[in-house]
Amino acid sequence: MTGTTSSTTIHSTSSRMRRRAGLFALYVVCVLLAILFLFPVFWSTLTSVKPPAEASAVPPTYWPSTFTFDNYLKLNKYGAGILRYVYNSASVALITVFGTILLSTLAGYGFSRFHFPAKNVLFIMVLAALMIPFQSILTPLFLLMSAVKMQNTLFGLALVYITFQLPFGVFMMRNSFDAVPREIEEAALLDGCSTWKMLTTVMFVLVRPGIITVAVYAFLNAWNEFLAALIIMTQEVNFTLPIMLTSVRSGYYGAIDWGALQAGITVTILPCIILFLFLQRYYLQGLMGGAVKG
Amino acid sequence: MTTASAAIAKPSRRRSTLNRQRSIAGFLFVLPAVLFTLAMFIFPLLMTVWMSLHDWPLLGQATFLGIQNYVEMARDKQFWASLWFTTQYTLLVTPAIFILAFALALLVNTALRGIGVFRTIYFIPVVIGLGASSLLWVWLLNDRVGIINGLLLDLGLIERPIIWFVDKNLALAVIIISVVWKTVGFSMILLLAGMQAIPEELYQAAMVDGANYRQRLTHIMMPLLRSTFALALVLSVIGSYLSFDQFYIMTRGGPQNQTITAVYWIFNNSFTYYKMGYGAALSIILLIILGALSILQLRILRDDVTY
Repeated sequence: MTGTTSSTTIHSTSSRMRRRAGLFALYVVCVLLAILFLFPVFWSTLTSVKPPAEASAVPPTYWPSTFTFDNYLKLNKYGAGILRYVYNSASVALITVFGTILLSTLAGYGFSRFHFPAKNVLFIMVLAALMIPFQSILTPLFLLMSAVKMQNTLFGLALVYITFQLPFGVFMMRNSFDAVPREIEEAALLDGCSTWKMLTTVMFVLVRPGIITVAVYAFLNAWNEFLAALIIMTQEVNFTLPIMLTSVRSGYYGAIDWGALQAGITVTILPCIILFLFLQRYYLQGLMGGAVKG
Repeated sequence: MTTASAAIAKPSRRRSTLNRQRSIAGFLFVLPAVLFTLAMFIFPLLMTVWMSLHDWPLLGQATFLGIQNYVEMARDKQFWASLWFTTQYTLLVTPAIFILAFALALLVNTALRGIGVFRTIYFIPVVIGLGASSLLWVWLLNDRVGIINGLLLDLGLIERPIIWFVDKNLALAVIIISVVWKTVGFSMILLLAGMQAIPEELYQAAMVDGANYRQRLTHIMMPLLRSTFALALVLSVIGSYLSFDQFYIMTRGGPQNQTITAVYWIFNNSFTYYKMGYGAALSIILLIILGALSILQLRILRDDVTY
């Protein structure tokens, strides 16, 4: 009897230890993977604050002897200066965010709450862009932008980005409005609320998570987009950050300054990472919502 | 709707005008988005078709060619090479993303304390632009200042730096690594969501029946994840088929134009040689290929399993 008890105890202790060892191994794997995923970003950021000579050293050096912002100052000497390119990227991204929010919220409300002829046809037409890659319509978009004298303008590029964002935005906002119970709206209507006032006061608050999701995607996509910016922006002063950095890397400004390039990369990617960390929930919601429709 | 309400209640003239007003209001709400789509999407799409039938230089008159551009395509060696290269790239990068994403999803689906932090970390590269990440990797891989060669040298694994981008296969291999780093988190999250949608009771029932971890994986999780797999797969295939940034930035299509993708070749024709009509014709072919892939995607989504 006693023997049985003690053997069970031994057994459970050893299995607990095995469980512990397993847990530990899992954590080790997790941490190693985290290092792999973070290393490129960390290394670039670290190099951006090395003294320029160390940042371009052959072979590469590891830990910086001192921390400086010299690479950022050197980056500022390229073209129209880094602040100009940050301004370009930020304006395009913000115009895209506001334009997308405005158009998608209005359309989402209309598609969710009203009946009118050809509603389904129009809805499918707006969503059709999800099926068609934008890469295939860039040539006519370029000609269109030139024809209306908006090629090489921040606003013109933002219009192109709003077009790319619209299907996802409308789909997302239609679903957000669909999720709001009709009773709330009916109560407000009985209180004498007009359709417009309903949207701008009552509904706007209720669909705010959807709006934030649409905004996060619009911002990140506009900030990061490469091909359309490369085509629409042909004058150096209007480049967005990725295009400007590609010029630095391709030796457009003479020998490649790797330290300055890392400063540029850091300026480009840090806002995205910070935005994501703060609004992660909304970003992932959009991924789930968008994935259903592709 | 109107006739039905009129038949039931006569004194509803006011109601039907109200309905009419609401119908107009609804139309006005969607109008801006619809006009935008017409001008910036439908019109350019039709124009692509129209342009593809022309010789269309940047400046000067376009001349009608009929299907000449499409005939020329058959003889365009670089077009076929690009299409084949894009297919090769897609066939290699997709399984790489997929297998790793599945392993990562299994890992972050465990109930470890603090696993959410790791989930976030693995996802971070997804929010970085492909342009910025390509610039980052081309530097990491550089033969003189790159840390990857530096580490390999310091660890004594190589004698002299590897120049990755002089060889097509080496270039393809390292570009795939960089793309996997940047995009694997996306598929991981999709698969994770699929895994978490499977009810816990199914696993418990299997455990009662004596199924081990591997059996639960292959007999419960994998079959129920079928549609999630399909979705992640098709999204990854479409994304890979449209790739441009990483090749434009990291290899510039080289060596000897061997890494020019389909979109890259369209870009070169339309915006380097300004053969915009020909570029449009190439776009139409790409559209047809992608359209076929999208239809596949829709069909897969339609037979979604519910649990």
